[in-house]
Formats: sequence, structure tokens, C-alpha cells
Amino acid sequence: MPESVADRVMRVIAQAQKLPEGRVEATSTFRELGIDSLDGLNILFAIEEEFGIDVPDDAATGFTSVPEVVAGIERLLSSKTT
Amino acid sequence: MRRVVVTGVGVVSALGVGVTPFWHALRAGTSGIGPIRALDCSALKFSNGAEVPGFDPLQYFDAKTAEQLDRSVQFAGVAADEAINGSGVVFVPERTAVVTGCAIGGKPTEDDTYRQLYAEGRTRFDPMSIPKVMTSASASRISMHHGITGPCYTVSTACASAAHAIGQAFWMVRFGLVDAAVTGGTEAPMTLGMLRAWEAMRVVAPDTCRPFSRDRRGMILGEGAAVVVLEDLDAAVARGARIHAEICGFGMSSDAGHLTAPSADGAARAMTAALRDARLDPSRIGYVNAHGTGTRANDVSETRAIRAVFATLPLVSATKSMHGHALGASPALEAVATVLALRDGILPPTANFTDADPECDLDVIPNHARAIHVEAALSNSFAFGGLNAVLAFRRYVG
Repeated sequence: MPESVADRVMRVIAQAQKLPEGRVEATSTFRELGIDSLDGLNILFAIEEEFGIDVPDDAATGFTSVPEVVAGIERLLSSKTT
Repeated sequence: MRRVVVTGVGVVSALGVGVTPFWHALRAGTSGIGPIRALDCSALKFSNGAEVPGFDPLQYFDAKTAEQLDRSVQFAGVAADEAINGSGVVFVPERTAVVTGCAIGGKPTEDDTYRQLYAEGRTRFDPMSIPKVMTSASASRISMHHGITGPCYTVSTACASAAHAIGQAFWMVRFGLVDAAVTGGTEAPMTLGMLRAWEAMRVVAPDTCRPFSRDRRGMILGEGAAVVVLEDLDAAVARGARIHAEICGFGMSSDAGHLTAPSADGAARAMTAALRDARLDPSRIGYVNAHGTGTRANDVSETRAIRAVFATLPLVSATKSMHGHALGASPALEAVATVLALRDGILPPTANFTDADPECDLDVIPNHARAIHVEAALSNSFAFGGLNAVLAFRRYVG
């Protein structure tokens, strides 16, 4: 089974934050993970690389949790394919 | 007016990480110059440098912090930690300053980013690029990590950067603007862009750095950082601090002449200014840690300047022959060398020395250290663009 968008997001966030796998969960908030604004930039950078997309600045500033990132990426991916 | 003393020293250099390997090598006359490992130099006219051996940032920083700091800032952070921890000082945060010197900023990060942009056509960059390349990143790192909230800034005067930084920090403590200061310099120039630029100036030696030798062929680029903790003497004595030496003078001048050719007059005026600031008669200076780059021009000009200032010649050596020319960080490395020379009564030599040059007629302590207690010493730094800075230190006898 291919890795889901949520799994990829969690993996990328864990790598960018140097967190052990499993520490980032589907419902985690950035606050719980200790992600500050600078970390957020690194995560966006890594997510853009992972998915080959550009995340617009206004969308990026709204991300405060894993589910928000996943929903945002899914939106961007669907607009990319249509 | 307060007296100011050095109570902490920290070094990252081609001689190793820490003050101990640095001082051990300087005393032994061992050079850290060797083939550059950071990149392939086969297309360059030179291939030797003075790189920090085996520097692994993860030994000193967690993975995330290491990623946020350019190599030059990592060096500064490690040197500052050693100096501060060794001093045992407890800072009053708003009464403490951080002043660093840096000539070129975060070149490793910048070089990487530009390569990705121009050579690889990449459009996304490390989001930390800007805070990593800023020249003042080292001052910010030291301030943030140690909670120092007083005056905090970076001086950039090419190869005199750290001398101007230490001098200003010294004056701030002396005149009571702050009670303590963390000051020094850092540099990490081993990138292809930088090496090519230095190659174009035709001042880098194809062999090694032999200051004041007749067969000298130029400078050798180095990297590293050095940091000192400065404190008000009375406070240092009151808390029972170990005092390495007193910093007692700072002098500056500008050649207002040529962009790269040195001026003996400008250098002499900076030395004289430092002696006046220290209220020291020239006859009391027993040792000068020379700018001594090993270029044809510098060493002749500096010899003339020293002969113009001193009726009785002090002993002179150029430790760049061992730690290389780490640009804006060099004055800090040399300030530490001078402080330790005064403390231990051992004058480090000029390494790689072969034949005397009649145009450099000084006793440059060729190849072997001398065990001599001197009362006071100068550390010279003369930058491209004619910006000169000289620090004066005195042996502290408690």
C-alpha cells in the first residue's frame, strides 16, 4: 500500500524536527511537538520538496497542526492534478 | 577608570578544538597547515590551508541547532562556551556585552546556496539561509545561548575585525558601560568561491606560511574562532577568578592610502596609539605577536613599523605560521596566544622559518619557543583597506 499523504507529512515533520518516528501523530499540534515559527519554515521547505509543490505564503501561515497540514497538502495536490 | 582582565579563553583552530591543543602546538612550534580537505583544490594554484581538524558539530550541538548555525557560527559558539565555562563568571545579563569580529560572514552556507541557485537551477533554499549568513550571527548565538542582554554587536574590518571587537569590548568594561564582555572573532572561509577569490589576489602561498623568511611566498588561509571573557579587575579578584593576563591598551589607525598595499606609517601609528592608551613606554614591551601574514609586502612593512616604534626591539613572532590566516578571527587567535605567552612566560615561535630576510631584520623567534617572562606585549592586526588595530596586554601578577 503506498504511503498516504498523512504518513508522508508525519514522516517529513519528524525528520525536519529530528523527532523519533512515531512521535508525530495524525492529530498532533505544532505546539505539542515544540514547533516554533522558524521550525515551521523548515517543515514547509521539506514538504515542498517531498510533494513537489509550492505552498503559498498565506496558506502556510495557517498551519498549526498535522491535520491542518495534511488537509492543506491534499487541497494543493488536487488543484495540481486538475 | 577600571583595569580589565582576561578571565576566560576559548579556541577552535587548525590546531584542534580547545585552548589546550592550540597552546600545546604553539609552544611546540607545530603548524596546523596541510592539504585542504573541505574541497578539491586540484584546479587551484594552491592546495594547502589551516582547517579545523575533524570538527563534528554534533559533538557540540543537538542536530536541530547545528542545522541552524553556519560553520563559522558553530566555531564561535564552541569557543565562547569554553571561554565562559572556564572563567566561571556569573554574568549580570544586562551589564554584559558581546562583541564579535567577522570579515566575511556565513560563506559556507552562502556558497552552498549560490551553487544550488546558479549551477543546479534549484528554486527552493534552506529557509535558515539568511540568519545563517549574517555576519553578526555569532554575536546573536552567544547572546541567546548565554542569556546576555547588554550591548551585542559585530565588527567587520576585514582581517582586523576581532581586534577592533576586542578593543571596543575592553573599552566598554574599562569605562564602566558594562562589567564584563564576551569578545573575539570567527571565520570559515574554506569555500570554492572564497578560495578562487583569494587565488585571484595572488597572495596565497603554494607551499606554506613562512612569515619573515627570505623565501616566504604568501599567506595560508585558515579558519576557526577565539573568544575571551573580559572582566573588571576588582570584580574578578573579589570572586577569586583565575586571571590569565590584563588587557591594558587598544589603538587604531587608518592608512588612508592603498586598498591592499600596507603602510608602515599607519601600522606604527596604531602601535603607538595602543601604547599611549595603555600608558606603557615602548621599552616595557617584550613581545609583539605580529600581523605577520607571510606575504612579501606585509612582513617588510611591519618590520619597518616595529623599528620605527621601538628603540629597543622586542621579540616578535607570527603565529599565523601555525594557525593560518583565519581572516577576521585571526586577531582573536593571536590575542589568546599573546595572553597565554604572558601568563606562562613562553613566547611562541614563528614556525616554518628557513632563512633570515635582511629586509625583516627582527628576532622573530624562529621555529622554537623561548621561555621568557615579559612584562607586556602587543598583538598587531593590519587589514586590507588600511584599517589597523593593536591590542596591548600586561602580565598579571596577583
